[in-house]
Order: sequence, then structure tokens, then C-alpha cells
Amino acid sequence: MTMNENPAALIPELALVAGAVLGLLLGSWLPRHRQWLVRIVVATACVVGLAATSIAMRAAPETVFGDSFAVDTATNAARFIVLAATLLTLCLSIDTVDSHHRETEFYALVQLGALGTIMLVGALDLLLLVAAYLLASLPLYALAGFGKDAPGTEAALKYYLMGVLFGVLMLAGTTVLYGTGGATDYATLARTLPDTSRAAVAIGVLAVLAGLLFKIGGVPAHFWVPDVTDGATTPVAAFVTTVPKIGGLAAAYRLVVEALPAVSLDWPLLIAILATASMTLGNLAAFFQENVRRLLAYSTISQVGYVLMAVAVATRSGLALPALLFYLAAYTVTNLGAFAVVAELPDARRLADYRGLARRHPGLAAVLVVCLLGLVGTPPTAVFLGKLVVFTATINGDLAWLAVVAVINTVASLFYYLRWIAPALFTAPDREHDTLVPAGRFAALGAYTAGTASLALGLAGGLVLPLGAGPLLP
Amino acid sequence: MLSLIVFLPLAAAAVLAAVPASAGRRVFVWSWIGITAADFALVVAAWIGYEARAGLAYEENLRWIPSAGVGYHVGLDGLSLPLVAMTALLFLACAVHSLRHTQRIKSFALLFLFLQTVSMGLFTALDLILFFAYFDLSIVGMYFVIAGWGHGNARESALKFFLYTFIGSLALLLGFIGLYLAAEPHTFDLVALARANPLAGRGVFGGLVLLAISIGLAVKTPTVPLHTWLPPAHTDAPAAGSAILAGVLLKMGTYGFVRIAMPLLPGTWRHYAAVVVIIGVVSVLYGALVALAQENFKRMVAYTSVNHMGYIVLAVGAAGILAGSDGQARSLAVTGAVTQMVSHGLLTAALFLLAGVFYDRSRTYDMGAYSGLAAPAPVFAGVTALVAFASFGLPGFSGFIAEFQIFTGSLASATVATALALLGILITAGLFLRVVHRIFLGELRVPDSPGAAREFTDLRASETTAILPLLALAVVIGVLPRFLLDVIEPASTTLIGLVSR
Repeated sequence: MTMNENPAALIPELALVAGAVLGLLLGSWLPRHRQWLVRIVVATACVVGLAATSIAMRAAPETVFGDSFAVDTATNAARFIVLAATLLTLCLSIDTVDSHHRETEFYALVQLGALGTIMLVGALDLLLLVAAYLLASLPLYALAGFGKDAPGTEAALKYYLMGVLFGVLMLAGTTVLYGTGGATDYATLARTLPDTSRAAVAIGVLAVLAGLLFKIGGVPAHFWVPDVTDGATTPVAAFVTTVPKIGGLAAAYRLVVEALPAVSLDWPLLIAILATASMTLGNLAAFFQENVRRLLAYSTISQVGYVLMAVAVATRSGLALPALLFYLAAYTVTNLGAFAVVAELPDARRLADYRGLARRHPGLAAVLVVCLLGLVGTPPTAVFLGKLVVFTATINGDLAWLAVVAVINTVASLFYYLRWIAPALFTAPDREHDTLVPAGRFAALGAYTAGTASLALGLAGGLVLPLGAGPLLP
Repeated sequence: MLSLIVFLPLAAAAVLAAVPASAGRRVFVWSWIGITAADFALVVAAWIGYEARAGLAYEENLRWIPSAGVGYHVGLDGLSLPLVAMTALLFLACAVHSLRHTQRIKSFALLFLFLQTVSMGLFTALDLILFFAYFDLSIVGMYFVIAGWGHGNARESALKFFLYTFIGSLALLLGFIGLYLAAEPHTFDLVALARANPLAGRGVFGGLVLLAISIGLAVKTPTVPLHTWLPPAHTDAPAAGSAILAGVLLKMGTYGFVRIAMPLLPGTWRHYAAVVVIIGVVSVLYGALVALAQENFKRMVAYTSVNHMGYIVLAVGAAGILAGSDGQARSLAVTGAVTQMVSHGLLTAALFLLAGVFYDRSRTYDMGAYSGLAAPAPVFAGVTALVAFASFGLPGFSGFIAEFQIFTGSLASATVATALALLGILITAGLFLRVVHRIFLGELRVPDSPGAAREFTDLRASETTAILPLLALAVVIGVLPRFLLDVIEPASTTLIGLVSR
């Protein structure tokens, strides 16, 4: 085995590391009111990463560092989505963290979380996967408690405890698979696992998947999602309910495609059941939520279910990979758009507080409608196209019942999204308790950007969708 | 050309959106009327330029999402052109009707312009996903119309409407995906799918796909037993909203049968045609009987819609039964079905706009509260009576032409069903006569509700201008139907050819 240590293949990751380190150094020298310079550094790192990714997308796929990290279609797509999401989160956060005494730390933690997420996607080895899991988790625990208030602290603690539990499970699963398969890299495991004990493989796979389920906030590892979304600051909530999902879902996809294809477990059924549970429980719990953040939290749990459908048919349909990647991109901009509206209106915490939004801020109301109907999957938004390809892949992969379940869930989800839209559009503003005070310009800018992107991605899906169709390594 | 017709309202809406709401209602109303009039003129021009024997005209086929098999493919033929023309006219009528009174006119006009693009787009779409996108957006648009401008339990009715039709639309999507996966190469293109007949010989799978598509279309049509969203939605919607909902949106369901279900799944359609016929007859009779029992004028009109749509379902079902009938009879049934779509669109829209008069004057649709209105409002009484006569299919009106063709075309292949459905005409005739009698004749009585004008004033100029052209066109079709039938007939023949494969 030749060690491929071409650092040029890792420019996006190196840019994030450099951005975090430089930002921290710079931030410790700058006075508080000039920390916006750090912001520039972070944004530059993301832009450099995006540019490098668009070049890498045209290059041939390759593996780096002893075949343990793949730079292929999935990694490049995830890099693109994660970096774009990081930029958007940055935009959302400015109104909240500007001149905050820990502003620099916020940026560094976000960048490290993004880096961990990308590592999750590229990992071709269980040990690297666990390392990436830790890198994608630890900064987020700190971010959850960033506000240093009681709800934030509780959220951080809950997040941390759950994260440790599932991290340990994941490590245990890795150990079991190493013990049965004799290796931790996917290529070897794919060869050795089919001939070993089915029970051991099942336990190992389940434990590793459990860690990834925690990352994506899927049922039954979803308990932290509502508390963190409600307790943390809005930009953090937006980040933790969006970005880690990209890593966790793509990593699960890679794991089942590259390590388990020949294993005689019925893992597609297992994932289909997890998908069903996620979308159904997420929807049911969101039904009568009055708190917008908790509503969005449960909505993200249900969205995970739809994406898991693509993972369930990973080896059975050629459409699964483009479906997965497109849905992730679509979900990312749409979910961030909804959170951006929440971030722009920090005093409106309950559905009723959105009364009269259309008359006070027609632009924000339009973004809210586009994003919420987008999450339902109404054409021509991006998530609609995502759902179309995911459903197609699922039926193509002989899991038509799962598509029917998803359809029923989609209708159910409509109910709670409309509960939010209706007061925003059809009632007069409450003059006595004005809850619709905007936070600033940047969150609004983020909202408009995300809303537009959510529509544009749906209409221009023809240009984007083929980018996810490349092969996975090896 | 065709894209211009479809997207002109939307583009104009985008421009209007930039005008501040403080510009005054006249600016918005008159630009709305101007835009719909221009669009209607374009449709008339397209009709004049249309060569009936040529099949698809004004076709545009662009790549949109090639990797998912989705294209921007649009065109007009004898099935869609009459509906596009009817849609353009109805939206114009709604714009004129909204000249007075409508609240928050800017958003209302923008929403209707959006709905117009969506509706015209649906009837021109030749790609399943394009069709689906318009289908879904029509639901979204109508939800906002009902929830935002309705009365009574508007929010609940709107939500019920949304949930029902949305679940239908998703079933439709599953069916479309089934068709897509069955075709080789995978495509959502209607023309290519009709040519390929991808589900020929795939018994169970074909049945499931047809079931999914039929559920979606039947909810929107609506047929019994999937009609329960319709009465509340109609009752609580604003007059213009009800007119569009009944006139245009319901046709999306029946149009889907002739455009998608029949040509794309011919074998399966023939296999289950008898079921369709039965559902049609049940809708006819059930709709008529329940309408008979209504006290609320709008609910009554809503249930007659179930009845009228039932005739169409009967016809398309009968067209799938090959035994005992020749191609000409089946083609006649389809022609009748399309004529009925146009006729029902015109007449029901007129009825709902007239129903708006009740609410506008006295805030109630309760028929028991009115009597003797012919004295203070003779024009209103006369127009309503004429529309009522037209609705139950009196000769000389469009409804007669349509129903005559439906019955003649269906009689041979579905004899018993057609005979039963004829009873529906009798019941609707009775109920409309009873309504006219109760409301307009006898001693004058007007409900005395808070906020209502004491006087029951006659039709205003804007109301007359909106309603009369619809009635006039129904008469023109009833007396001189050739200009319409010449367009529809070749398309019906082609369709029957596809179904008989």
C-alpha cells in the first residue's frame, strides 16, 4: 500500500483548520469591537474551501492517507454543502455574537464542527470515523452552552451526556467489528465480515450506526434535539440541527455501501424502520408544539427520516446517492432559512407571536412560507425535488411501502407547518405586545439568501442533480 | 407563445408586487383586469390560430431536470385548449367581479394572478412533474384564498381542503413515479409515456399505479366518497375563490383522467372501467340528492358540482368499456365529458358569483331567510333563473350539449348506469326550480342580520359585467356548439385510439 499524502487534496479541510487557528490567534490580540476581522478570516477560509472544492469536483476521485479518507463525489458534495452552510450560519450569527466577549471562540468552534462533519463523510475507516465523530461533537457541546444561561447550560449538559453515551457505543461497535472482521478499514471489512458471526456483525453495525444516529438526531437517539434547539442560541440551534446531519447521513451511506454490501444482515430493513420511526415520531411530536424552535426541532427529526430512505436503498438503486446528496443540500438551505427567520425575530418564540408577520415584514413572511412549504415538499422548492428523487429511489429499490409511509407523513407534517404559516399571514399584528422586532440586518440577509437558494435550487435542479451522480470510492 | 400565455399573469404579478399597497385599490384592480384581459386576448388568438386536425400545437420542449427525466414540455390540443380558454375567461370575470368591496386588494390580485398561471400551466403541461407542480401549487394558492379572504370557519375549511387535496396529490406523485420507473428509458414526459404504454401487461403493478393516480384525481374532482372537503371549502370561500375552485380547480381532476390516466394506462383503464362508471353514477345520484336537502345556497351549488362531475366520470369510464359500443360512441362520450368541463366551469362559476351577491347584501346563504327577491332585484332573479336552467341541462344551453353527448356516448356500453344517471338530471331540475321558486317568488323577505344593508339592491354593473359573459358563452355553446366541438372531437378520437390499444 502506498501512502498517498497529497496535501493539495485536502485544501478545504486545511482551510478550515487554518481559519480556526488564525482566527483564534488574531482574536486574542484584537480588542472586542474589532473582532469582525476574525469574521473576515473565517469567511475567507470558507470561500477558499468552496473554490478548492469546485476544482476538486472536476478532478478524478482519490483516496488520501493510506486509503482512509476518500475525496470523491460524496465528500466533495458534503464539503460544498457544509462550507456553504457555515457561511450562512456565520451570517445568521453576526447580530447575536457581534462584539461578544467570546466572539472569536464561537467562530473557531463552528469551523471545527464543520471540519469534523466533512471528516465523517470522507472516512473510509472506522477509527477515522470515530475520530471525526468526536471532532464534530465536542465543539458543538461547547456551542450549545455558549449563552451561559440556564437553558443553554442544561442543553449543553444533555447534549454532552448523550454524545458521550453514543460515542462510547460507537467505539464499542468499532471494537466488535474489528474483532470479527480483523480490520477497521471498510474495504477489508467488506471482504471479511460476510464470513463471520452474524450476531457479532449485527451488534457491531448497530452500535456504530447508533453513534451516527445521535449525530443526525434520528430516532431513537433524538432526545437531545428539542432541548438543544430550544436552549441554545438561535444560530447555534440552526447549525447543530443542520450541519452534523450532512456528515452523519453521508457517513451512514458510505458505511453500508462500502462495508456491508455482502453481509447477510437485512440492514436495508433496519434503516427503513429507523426512517419510519424518525419521520413518524418527529411529526407526531411536532403536531401541537407552540414553541417555534421546538417545532423546528421535531421537524428536523422527521426530515432525517426522509433522508434515511436514501440510505436504506443505498445498494439497491442507482438513484440513491444523487437523491441523498441533493436532499441534504435542499434541506440545508431550507432549514437554515427557517432558522434565519427565527434568528431575525428573537422575541417571537411562540407560534402566536408571529401574528401579522406578513404585514409587518412581508419579505420575511415570504421567506418563512417558502421555507416551511419547502420542508413540506411543495414544488418548485428544492426539498420537493429532493423528495421526488428520494421517493423514486425508494420505489426503485423495492421499498415501495416506505415511500407510502413517507407520503402519509408528508401530509401529516403539513398540519403543523400550516399552524405556523396561518397566524403569520392571516392575522393582524398585536399592537400591545410587539414581538416582531427585527434583530438586525445580517440575519435578514441570511433569510433572504436561504429562501432564494431554496427556490433556485429547486428550479435549477437540472444543473445540480448530476453533480451527485458520480461513483463512490473505491 | 404558449409560455407567454401561461406566465404573463405571474410576470405581471411580480411587477405589481413592487408597487406599494398605498398606491390605491384602483391601480391594482384595473391593472389586474387589464392583465387578465390581455391574457384572454392571447388565448383567443391562439384558438384562432389552432388547426384542429393537427393534434398538438404550440409545443415547447426544453430540458429542465434531465437527470430526473423531467422536462419543460408544454402544448395545446383539443382537450386542453377549451379548458385554457375557459380558465382565462373565468379569471377575467373574477377580476371584474372584485372591482368593488374586496379587502386587501393587492394581495388578492397577486394571489389570483399566481393562481391563473398555475391553472393555465396545468392544462398545458405535457410532463408529469410539471403537471404535478402546478397541481400542488393550485392547492397552495387556493388555501391562501380561502384562509385569507373567506368567512365563517374559513381557516378550518381551508386546512381541510389543503389536507385532503394534498394527500391526493401525493398519491398522484406515487403513481407518477410508478409510471416513470416502468418506462424505459425513465421519463416523466407525457407524450413519450403515451407512446410507450409502459405498464402494458403489468397487471398488479399497473392496477396500483392507476389506483394511486385515480385517488389523486378523484379527490380533486371530487367524486363520492372523496368529496367531503368540498362543501365547507366552497361555503367559506370568497365568491371569486369559489368560482375559481369550482370552475377551474375541479377540472384539474377530470382533465387528469383524459390527459393522464386514460392514454398512459389504456389496458388497466379498460380493466377497471366498470368501477369508474359505478363511482360516476354514485356521484351523480348522491350529489343530486344531497343538494336537494341543502338549506344553504352555496352548499347546494357545491353538491351539484359533485353531481355534474359525476357525469364526466361516468363518461370517461364508459369510454373505457369496449364491449357493446363502437369507437364513435366512445369518442362521443369523451367529447361530451370535455364539453361538460367547459360548461360546468362557466355555469358554476356564474352560480358562485351570484351566491356572492347574497353574502354581500345580507351576510347569509340560508335560503329559508329569503323570499320574493324578484321584486327588488329583477335582474339578479332573471340571471340566476337562467343560470339555474342552464345548469340542469335545458336545451339551448351548453349543459344540454354536454350531457346529451355523454348519455348518447355511454348508453351502449353502460346501459343501466346511464339510465340511472339520467335520474340525476331529473333531481337537479327539481331542486333548481324549487330554489328559484323559494328565493325569488312570493312575499318579499330579507334576513335582518347585523351589518347588513336593509335594502336588497339589484346586481351592480361590475357584477353583471362579470357574470353575463359567462352565461352568454354558455348560450353560444348551447346554440352553436360547432366551434367548440370541432376542436374537441379530433382529440377525443385520438384519445379513444390510444385507450383501445
